[in-house]
Amino acid sequence: MVFGRTDRRKQNAVTPLALKLLVAGGFGVGKTTLVGAISEIKPLRTEELLTEASRPVDDTSGVEAKRTTTVAMDFGRITLRDDLVLYLFGTPGQNRFWFLWDELAQGALGAVVLADTRRLEDCFAAVDYFERRGIAFTLAVNCFDGAERHPEEAVRDALDLDPGVPVVMCDARERESVKEVLVSVVEHALAGGASRSPATV
Amino acid sequence: MTGDHWYDDAAGPVVRPYTMTRGRTRGPGEDRLDLIALVVAEDFLTDHPDDVHAAADRTLSPEHLDIAGLVRHAPQSVAELATGLDLPVGVVRVLVGDLIDGGYVRVSRPVPPAELPDEGILREVIEGLRAL
Repeated sequence: MVFGRTDRRKQNAVTPLALKLLVAGGFGVGKTTLVGAISEIKPLRTEELLTEASRPVDDTSGVEAKRTTTVAMDFGRITLRDDLVLYLFGTPGQNRFWFLWDELAQGALGAVVLADTRRLEDCFAAVDYFERRGIAFTLAVNCFDGAERHPEEAVRDALDLDPGVPVVMCDARERESVKEVLVSVVEHALAGGASRSPATV
Repeated sequence: MTGDHWYDDAAGPVVRPYTMTRGRTRGPGEDRLDLIALVVAEDFLTDHPDDVHAAADRTLSPEHLDIAGLVRHAPQSVAELATGLDLPVGVVRVLVGDLIDGGYVRVSRPVPPAELPDEGILREVIEGLRAL
C-alpha cells in the first residue's frame, strides 16, 4: 500500500482534494495504455473477452491484435501532492456503454479524446459528447507504428474542431508524452475558464 | 484453480453482489457518492487500529469491515475501494453509506459538479504534472 507508512493523525488532518480527467476515444485506440503510462497504480479495470455476439458492434478491422474490450472503466491515480490527487477514468469505448459516460463526466476537469488516424471516425462521438457539454478536451492523436502520419491541420479539418481545441501528437505508451497531453487538457480548461459552463450533465 | 471446485472466476460471483447490501441498491444518503469521493476513517477507527473487529458494531458485515480496514491506512476513493475489494461500485456506495451512518467514516466530497476548481488549483495541477 502506497500510503502504508503515513502517520494516521496527520492523514486525518489533510484530506486530499480529488480531481478527475476523462480519457475517451474509439475502441482499441489505446486508452488503457495511456492511463497505464502515467498512473502510479496499475490501471484497474474490468475486461471481458469479445464474444460472438459482440462482433458486429466491435469492428476490429485495423486493430487486429486487440482481443479484449473494456466493458466497465479503467482508472488510474496520480498523486500530485499530499493534498492533491488526480484520477484518470477511461470511458468505455463502445457505444452500447454510453450510459456510463454521464456519471464519469460529472464534475470532470476535462478530457482527452484519443484518436487513431486509421479510424478517425471512431472519435466523432466523443468529440461531439464533450462539445455539447462544454467540457474542455484535447484531441490527442496516438501515433501508432504503421499508422500514416497526418498533419495536425488535416486532423483538425476532418473532425471540424473548434480552433481553440488543442491537437497533440502523442505516444500513449510514453509517460512524458502522456504528461504533455494531460497538461494540455488542464491548460485548455484554464484558458476556457469563465467562458465555459461547468461540467454538469 | 485447485481442488475440486466446480466454479472459477469466470463463472461470476458465487454470492450475488447485492446480497451484501441486503438487497439495497441505494444508500441511506440521498446523494450518490461520486466515484472520486474520498472515504476517510473517523477517529474512532484510527484510534483502534488493530481492533476494528472488536470495536465494530455487530451489525457490520465482513465487507463493511474490509472497507473500514482499507480506509484506516489512507483515504480511498469509492472507485479504488470497488476495485480493491472486487465489488461493484453500487455495492460499495451502499456499504460506505452504512459506515457513514455508523460514524465510522466520513466522505470528503470532490469539488461540486456545478463549480469548477478555481484557477489556482488548475495551475497547481499543471505544475504537479510537469514535476512528475
